[in-house]
Amino acid sequence: MIPANFNYHKANTLKEAIALSQELGEEAKYMSGGHSLLPMMKLRFATPEHIIDISKINGLSYIKEEGDLLKIGALTTQSELEHNDLLKKSYPIFGDAVWLTADPSVRNCGTIGGNIAHGDAANDQPALMLALRATIIAEGVDGNKSISIDDFFHGFYMTALEPGDILTEIQIPKTKKNSGGAYHKVERKVGDYATAGVAVNIELDDDGVCQEIGIGLTNVSAVPMRLERGEEILRGKKITDELIDQVGVIASEDCEPESDLRGSEAYKRSIVNTITKRMLNKALERARK
Amino acid sequence: MFKCKTSPEVGGMGHSVKRKEDARFLHGKGKYTDDVKLPGMLHMVMVRSPYAYAKILSINKEKALAIDGVLAVITGEDLAQYNLHWMPTLLSDSQMVLPTDTVMHQSQEVCAVIATDRYIAVDGAEAVDVQYEPMKAIVNPFKALDEDAPLLRPDKEGQKDNHIYHWERGEREKTDAAIAAADVVVKERIHLPRIHVASIETCGVVASYDKDTEKMLIYLTSQAPHAIRTILALVAGHVGLSEEKIRIIAPDIGGGFGGKVPVYPGYVIAIAASFLIGKPVKWIEDRSENLVNGFARDYHMDCELAATKDGKIQAFKVSTLADHGYTDSSANPSKYPTGMFSICTGSYDYEHAFAELDAVYTNKAPGGVAYRCSFRVTEAVHAIERMVDKLAAEIGKDPAQLRFENFIKKEDFPYASPLGWSYDSGDYKQTLEKAMDMIGYADYKKEQAEKRAQGKLMGIGICTFTEVVGAGPSKDFDILGIKMFDSAEIRVHPTGKVLARFGTKSQGQGHETTYAQILAEELGIPYTDIEIDEGDTDTAPYGLGTYASRSTPTAGAAAAIAARKLRDKGKKIAAHLLEVSEEDIEWEVGKYFVKGAPEKSKTIQDVAFAAYTNFPEGMEPGFEDTHYYDPPNLTFPNGAYICVVEVEEETGAIDVKRFVAIDDCGNIINPMIVEGQIHGGLTQGIAPAMYEGIVYDDEGNVLNGTLMDYLVPTAVESPHWETGHTITPSPHHPLGAKGVAESPTVGAPPAIANAIIDALYPLGIKHLDIPITPDKVWDAIQLAKAKA
Amino acid sequence: MAKHKVTMTINGESVTAEVDSRLLLVHFIRENLDMTGTHIGCDTSSCGACTILIDGKSVKSCTYLTVRADGAEITTIEGIAADGTNHPLQKAFHDQHGLHCGFCTPGMIMRSIDLLKTNPNPTEKEIRWGISGNLCRCTGYNNIVKSVQQAAAEMAKEKEASV
Repeated sequence: MIPANFNYHKANTLKEAIALSQELGEEAKYMSGGHSLLPMMKLRFATPEHIIDISKINGLSYIKEEGDLLKIGALTTQSELEHNDLLKKSYPIFGDAVWLTADPSVRNCGTIGGNIAHGDAANDQPALMLALRATIIAEGVDGNKSISIDDFFHGFYMTALEPGDILTEIQIPKTKKNSGGAYHKVERKVGDYATAGVAVNIELDDDGVCQEIGIGLTNVSAVPMRLERGEEILRGKKITDELIDQVGVIASEDCEPESDLRGSEAYKRSIVNTITKRMLNKALERARK
Repeated sequence: MFKCKTSPEVGGMGHSVKRKEDARFLHGKGKYTDDVKLPGMLHMVMVRSPYAYAKILSINKEKALAIDGVLAVITGEDLAQYNLHWMPTLLSDSQMVLPTDTVMHQSQEVCAVIATDRYIAVDGAEAVDVQYEPMKAIVNPFKALDEDAPLLRPDKEGQKDNHIYHWERGEREKTDAAIAAADVVVKERIHLPRIHVASIETCGVVASYDKDTEKMLIYLTSQAPHAIRTILALVAGHVGLSEEKIRIIAPDIGGGFGGKVPVYPGYVIAIAASFLIGKPVKWIEDRSENLVNGFARDYHMDCELAATKDGKIQAFKVSTLADHGYTDSSANPSKYPTGMFSICTGSYDYEHAFAELDAVYTNKAPGGVAYRCSFRVTEAVHAIERMVDKLAAEIGKDPAQLRFENFIKKEDFPYASPLGWSYDSGDYKQTLEKAMDMIGYADYKKEQAEKRAQGKLMGIGICTFTEVVGAGPSKDFDILGIKMFDSAEIRVHPTGKVLARFGTKSQGQGHETTYAQILAEELGIPYTDIEIDEGDTDTAPYGLGTYASRSTPTAGAAAAIAARKLRDKGKKIAAHLLEVSEEDIEWEVGKYFVKGAPEKSKTIQDVAFAAYTNFPEGMEPGFEDTHYYDPPNLTFPNGAYICVVEVEEETGAIDVKRFVAIDDCGNIINPMIVEGQIHGGLTQGIAPAMYEGIVYDDEGNVLNGTLMDYLVPTAVESPHWETGHTITPSPHHPLGAKGVAESPTVGAPPAIANAIIDALYPLGIKHLDIPITPDKVWDAIQLAKAKA
Repeated sequence: MAKHKVTMTINGESVTAEVDSRLLLVHFIRENLDMTGTHIGCDTSSCGACTILIDGKSVKSCTYLTVRADGAEITTIEGIAADGTNHPLQKAFHDQHGLHCGFCTPGMIMRSIDLLKTNPNPTEKEIRWGISGNLCRCTGYNNIVKSVQQAAAEMAKEKEASV
């Protein structure tokens, strides 16, 4: 398996990358970690004429809290997420997810920006972003823009990024004292894309009432899916086992899985129900700590 | 227990010496086929069919040939000019090398692009324009014999339908009568789906024909280089490839497991291309080509097991439908189209058995790879071991107890099985007892009862298998008439160091170490002084290769006997050196001494030197010998495996808690290597049991043709294996050894399946076909609940 | 298609070459540099036979463009120990029978080097997950786990001795 011919261009700065993209037009694609795009090129499912390498752009790899936000640079690799002390301590949901994404060598290359910008509902980060109520920052011809995660995913491999746009940063509301998140996916074997996955992030007040909640689902719909109906049930309430059961059922109803090698539609719905409940419980446990 | 006769320094049988072959692999210096680079070498890439069944309307090479560096596009028409477009299979069927008019399975080779560079060859293959007229494919083998099914092989004279052959063994009437009269009969249709060996190295070839010397040098991923050379000379003799001009080198092989026994069309095309162009041509399969174009298993077995109400087995009957794809290309050198399937009566003593099989054509890849089992033993063992468990469940008897009550007894060996085999040795009771002790069977039974009371799903699965390996005796085996012996050639140099060559070919089994240990055992020369060489048809003695766990049973025996012949010669030389008569000389490891005067001795090294410098008058000089060993019988390794699982009802998730494997492979040459072989085979056993299986859609497309979807277990899915052994030497093998590497692949799947089904039994689930995946379990649970 | 000039350090030696955009790093190493210890097993970054170190991190070289390795420091199996000597992982794989056919071994060792760097004292579970991107069809993994455990202990001892 060999990619078709293309022209490689290395961008040293964001500006350079965007200028190159403008110059080369629609047949150009950005490549960061390359572990989503290059396999598709080897299979010749993708045959771009130009590759603009953005992986060498300085200053896009960081994880930091600033003001009310957690900011993650788009070129931060999955491995960097995995081994980051701040995330380990305050955002364990990232550890949950990264541990289950591909394998350590792939995670050494794959970036969080690429995982999201690829627009693939099978990737793990989109569900996390939905649960964490992220904002996507992108740089384009017209300058800087910020996109709410709810407006980001448009369709199969399609996002709000316009031609030339580069995802540069992910912004997530900073974790509060009574908040917690959790992610799990069922996979056929380690490193596989999810049969189904669920990300949950919960924020409680001092009385244990749910102030904010985000639930994102992996690989059970064409577009990464937010479980809004489930969130509504929990927001503003003290979360009980009964409510959790209800949300599990809602998740299984609202997801849109298809039967395939990973299992029947009914099985996937059932799995979504189970993981939703388990992740709600796990997130709650973390929030109450 | 086996007691070592040699010191660790000599490293004969029973010593876990470290492997001699490791150094090159650990430093990146192994030489595999894709590592071969010859001057002027060209690269070949296939164009493959997107359809399972289609007429080829046209092949337009123009665009491909216009690419700079593309030298040729070889089609079936091109090969037809030399009558090389078809090749025979081992079982008297025929297989296309390249098609002239019809493609018979998805991903079949349509034409081959030859270019100066691998990248350009891929571009060339993309540029070939093939027009097809798709036809309705036969995918389901049960529909292959329908009246309206298209005749898939009109090219075969006299072929009226898609039936290939009927085979049967045993007594149908008596078996039917016993079943009809029995207290209890359990029945099941069991499918073992298509799987692939998925060795991490795919298949490949570098063929290099020299038009001046007319020599054809072939580097090949082959487990049987000599046999392939002979076949090649027989099928391509008419174009001038003569056996003495063909040299096949099987270099290091990155795992074989049976997948590197067959001759694949790609080999033949590359050889033909090199022959026509006069330059070296390399072809290396990519992973998808590898996974999609061969298979093992694919037996649908209707089983009936009859017993008294107490569980004494009386009769077993199995009627099988085999899906062979579009041709029967089974890599099976036995005289029976179903290989050793008639081992299916298992480890149990009863009178009546009958097995029959019908094979059909479908629009799938040909194969019948004997994947790490001696030709259909895996299928046979799965059938009997599932049925024995089913019987135990049916009558409410502990499956271990049921087995104890039906085992062939130690004193009954050699045992004549109802379907005609003569089992050489075994102590099944002791082996199962050891496994039960090691895992703590009674405690698990207790724990299971407690868990069941809490509504939890826990299962314990047993498999007590009997294998049949070491192909094989002339009465049962041959390849194109060539008997299935194997060979060893020993050259002891004047300084007492050794070069020994064999007709087998290691693919990771550690021959360079174990053969050296056999010679160390027999000659007393340290294994570190012994070099082993295999795989080059110009230098190795003729042999049939490595598969069917046959290397130790055949070539290992040849090595022992050749060494003993040398020892006899050495005795004469020692007598000459010590100036006594030959009758006064005795042997103990590494030296000859005078009876009653052990201080008067000569080492084997002294004797070797004398064989070149100071031998008795009239004796032929030198210290070399060769032996070809045609085994009198097969060997029958056996084992008892126990698996404990927990199943989560809500998700179907399966957790393998423990797996204990006790193997009896007779005397053990290197315990470390034997244990390693068992570990590896067990992972290849859990693979089909829970993860792997080639999946087709209704149009005949393979849905999981990459390692992203064909789920080879990683270190995470693979349990921590626990192993042990009992030793019942083979009475007919010179070393008492049996062969081992296939046992775990054969024994593990039923143990795991039995455990999972045992866990699910309280829900009313009595059988599931492998691979048993969580989604399959979940679906079955819902179905069972709906019924209840 | 324009060629690109790349310069990188491979096993301590500087290498400069003109390469096509699409040349995969695994082919550059195997075909252009004739270092064939790095293997190809799957094409889909599933098997890990092609694992090398780029700037000290394990990477699957079948899914990496050569042009992107410009300026990188690369280590392959050929470069982890001087001729005639063994890296502790090479010794451990030999001692513990952690290899059969040897095809996955270089990738398995390169991956394990990175694993032990980030986690010098891994549990059995961490080892199994840590090598989960590297398939072995021969060993059943038991002895690979033991090999990594032995190497970890040995490397810890070495480290202690050097302090």
